[in-house]
Amino acid sequence: MSPGGTTVQPLVKVEDIHTYYGKSHILHGVSLEVGKGEVVGLLGRNGVGKSTTLKAIMGLVRPSRGRVLFEGQAIAHLPAHRLARLGIGYVPEDRRIFRLLSVTENLRTGLDRHGVSKSRKAELLDKVYGYFPVLAERRNQAGGTLSGGEQQMLAIARAMMLEPKIILLDEPTEGLMPRMVGEIGQIIHMLRRENVAVLLVEQNVPLTLEAGQRIYFIEKGVVRHHALASELRVNDAVIHQYLGV
Amino acid sequence: MGIPVEQILIQTINGVVTGMILALVASGLTLIFGIMEVVNFAHGELFMLGAYVGVLILAATGDFWLALATATLAIALLGAVIYLTTLRPLLGRDPLYTILATFGVSLVLQNYALWQFGPVARKIEEPFTGQFTLFYLSYPWYRIVIALLSAAIIGALWLFLKFGTWGIWIRATTQDRVMAQAMGIPVPWVLTGVFAIGAGMAAASGVLFGPLVGVTHVMGVDWVLKAFIVVVVGGMGNLAGSIAAAIFISLLEAYASLWVSPAQAVIVSFVVLILTLLFRPTGLFVPTPK
Repeated sequence: MSPGGTTVQPLVKVEDIHTYYGKSHILHGVSLEVGKGEVVGLLGRNGVGKSTTLKAIMGLVRPSRGRVLFEGQAIAHLPAHRLARLGIGYVPEDRRIFRLLSVTENLRTGLDRHGVSKSRKAELLDKVYGYFPVLAERRNQAGGTLSGGEQQMLAIARAMMLEPKIILLDEPTEGLMPRMVGEIGQIIHMLRRENVAVLLVEQNVPLTLEAGQRIYFIEKGVVRHHALASELRVNDAVIHQYLGV
Repeated sequence: MGIPVEQILIQTINGVVTGMILALVASGLTLIFGIMEVVNFAHGELFMLGAYVGVLILAATGDFWLALATATLAIALLGAVIYLTTLRPLLGRDPLYTILATFGVSLVLQNYALWQFGPVARKIEEPFTGQFTLFYLSYPWYRIVIALLSAAIIGALWLFLKFGTWGIWIRATTQDRVMAQAMGIPVPWVLTGVFAIGAGMAAASGVLFGPLVGVTHVMGVDWVLKAFIVVVVGGMGNLAGSIAAAIFISLLEAYASLWVSPAQAVIVSFVVLILTLLFRPTGLFVPTPK
């Protein structure tokens, strides 16, 4: 059941979480693990609870049952801003750029925190602008004036400002042109090189199999299956079974 | 009609002076609304309590500027306490709850002031009594100073919001509270801080305005009503709009009182309010929504 499962302490461990939205039961016991620096995909049809799983890890949705562990510490009771500072970056489905803030100000929302020296801040900004030159060009432009792809880059760059150990990436390719989809794949590779773990929720199966090391399949609020991406690339029966594609 | 030019000029100055104080009251109100969507009915009482703290400190020390600074800080602190005890527990509820809560707070504060200080108006002495000749009038310098100080405080607020970490945090929280939290911004503290800033600004305007009207437990009522008109006309939560609206409405009232008595001139504000609500409910001084 646990091919390639981490034997050392995982970075993030989700244990049997249940969540409700009003009266409807969204997650019926989701369990998964992400190791340090690992890229893990979360696949499933629409509305099965993939985004809710990410929100639960980020502290934006409170699980009524189950635990979320970050580096072995229970975090499900902590407010989201504490989790962000512990090292969890969040890139939501609709990107949620601060539209009236400039590109630099968007980045500074994550950068301006205690314990980061001025030189370190400049270094982080330079690094991100190096990865995303288009953002550097538009650094004084309001976030809301960027194109969809640029906003997606800004959302990822903004999360990187937290120097996160993991980024929760929710449908980064949604609504993007095919050319941009390839670029998102490259960004995920870059994060992996930086030893940032990624929990990736995607509709784009080829991208997920290509970028991810392990894949979880979620169905009706429960994790049904779990496999190495390399196995799924040669045997896609499971994908047909859970996604019907 | 034959209104002399001097009178128009005098009323223009009057309008701008009143407008600046009103802008100071209204910017606290609109800041609080913009970031937490709380309509703060206790704002006028914070204005009034600020004036009373000013009276007490002035009586004890004789230093107007110390009174102004102390009142601002004391009421900012009170604002933080009010936020933490009455509004924070209501976070995420229907706006009606916060309206009722702040209305309750306003009644408590008003009656506290009546109990503590009695019904007789107190006086704040002007820090200086100099006057200059404006045509046939001797116009008090203090009024000009109030306008300049209000402008300076609003300018400082603008700089604070535009630059600096707290400014970015406040603007980000205003736009998307959930995402702000996910970016590590301590949103509960930002909300408390903004409420404190708004309260402090109300208190500062109370002390500044005290010498012109006398300090009573109901002095906040008129002002907050006018500030609400300004905030609606300027566009809820829009700082620049509120300032523009405050000056606009005060000028209109000042000009109207060339023809009618000042008490009737107040009607102009309500006419503007009703017209705004009818034809441009998002506010007069906001860009047309696309």
